[in-house]
Amino acid sequence: MSRSTLLLLQLLVAVVALAVWQFLTTVPVFGKILLPPFFFSNPIDVGSQIVKWFSSGVIWKHLIITLWESILAFVIGSVAGVLVGFWFARQPRVAAVFDPYVKMINALPRVVLAPIFTLWLGLGIWSKVALGVTLVFFIVFFNVYQGVKEVSNTVLDNGRMLGMNERQLMRHVYWPSALSWMFSSLHTSVGFAVVGAVVGEYLGSAAGLGYLIQQAEGVFDVAGVFAGMFVLSAFVILIDMGVTLAERRLLVWRPTAAEGRG
Amino acid sequence: MADTAQPAAVALGDATVAFRVAGDRVYTAVEQASLSVADGEFVAIVGPTGCGKSTLLNVAAGLLKPAAGSVRIFDQPLTGLNRDAGYLFQADALFPWKTALDNVAIGLEIKGAPREQALQRAQGWLTSVGLGAFANRYPHMLSGGQRKRVGLAQVLIRDPKILLMDEPFGPLDAQTRQIMGNLLLELWNADRKAVLFVTHDLEEAIALADRVVIMSAGPSARIIGDWRVKLPRPRDISEVRMEKDFHELHREIWSVLKDEVMKGYVQSTRSAEAG
Repeated sequence: MSRSTLLLLQLLVAVVALAVWQFLTTVPVFGKILLPPFFFSNPIDVGSQIVKWFSSGVIWKHLIITLWESILAFVIGSVAGVLVGFWFARQPRVAAVFDPYVKMINALPRVVLAPIFTLWLGLGIWSKVALGVTLVFFIVFFNVYQGVKEVSNTVLDNGRMLGMNERQLMRHVYWPSALSWMFSSLHTSVGFAVVGAVVGEYLGSAAGLGYLIQQAEGVFDVAGVFAGMFVLSAFVILIDMGVTLAERRLLVWRPTAAEGRG
Repeated sequence: MADTAQPAAVALGDATVAFRVAGDRVYTAVEQASLSVADGEFVAIVGPTGCGKSTLLNVAAGLLKPAAGSVRIFDQPLTGLNRDAGYLFQADALFPWKTALDNVAIGLEIKGAPREQALQRAQGWLTSVGLGAFANRYPHMLSGGQRKRVGLAQVLIRDPKILLMDEPFGPLDAQTRQIMGNLLLELWNADRKAVLFVTHDLEEAIALADRVVIMSAGPSARIIGDWRVKLPRPRDISEVRMEKDFHELHREIWSVLKDEVMKGYVQSTRSAEAG
């Protein structure tokens, strides 16, 4: 399949889906509208809502808030994950002691932490950042931990035979290996940073995409909910494209840089 | 230090290597192996699969400590890693996140050489192993043979006095092996280091080495033979195989090696059945 036909077919899916949606919510079939507009809205209303948000500019404030929360959650969670993952992998005793607690915290559905974070950190961005951090941290942590532990013994021995001391092994062998594992989970961890931000906003905030969706839902504005969802997915896709670009640069040395683990 | 004779580059004295396996059982890989490699001498160790050839090499490298016996490097007892040795591994040992050039330069960089100078010399070494144009490739973009060339340059740039090689050309196809063998001899001829070369290929061993050492089948492998190869140098690997002396020596060594290879084969199938 050529690139243009593929694009055409992909567009076709969107057009058909929207047309079916529009049809079922506006045209009566056998005297009955199958999807009541009150619950399902329709593409035109949703589209005009999105246009209104962008033309009036209200959306930017919310987008920027959500973006900031995601970035902060990602950066803090990643840095903490890399450091702790590294530490645990190099100190098996520490890892063994903390193991049950790490598992316990990771088993906890992170959403239940949101009320606590709101109590501790208030309704501002930091409670959302904290929620995102708890999600990102564990993904990065487990990947880095695994990455450091699974450094090839041959490569390590080679480093030693080439005369590397512990510090140089760290810098030239453990560190790049751990980072490569972190980068390979980049898509997942960035995705979770956004999830943390949006869910946090949804559960209690004064701004952000999650807040926008929650507000619309509160007044049964279904068009607003759908519009929020569309903006959110476009936002995530844009971020994901950025991640793909970053990944291509960072993992040039990997044979399958495109298909990351995670 | 005795000045009557040059000290051996590597001297193993009755070295025994044992591993603890599954609790209290002890597996003796190599038993009382004595072997010495003179400075500038090329010694090949040949033996059946799983006989502990690599184990012996790791002892010489200081990666393994013998349970009993001595290891002396230029007449000094070996403690820790062998700093005089360069080690070419059987498996891929290049740093996958570094380019070919950085992989070669690293040996100098960690010694504190300025990066510019290290890169320049690395480029020189890449050229002498025939990969001058591949400096910016990452290991996964190179073929198996090319990776071995980079590995060779990586080891040689540090100018080690001893070269330890663990079936370095094992994974390569027959033609590439010959080319790599000739490259190795060419580089070695230019600057004769002591070489300890492990292989399971007797022909390769005779074609390359000054001495061929045969090990028995494991466990508790021993050194059971030591032949001097009197073929003239410089040699060409593919041509030296045609010579009469080569054939005679090959027949002589093979008559000893053959039984061990069969024993090793039986042992390996048995241990596979056992678990």
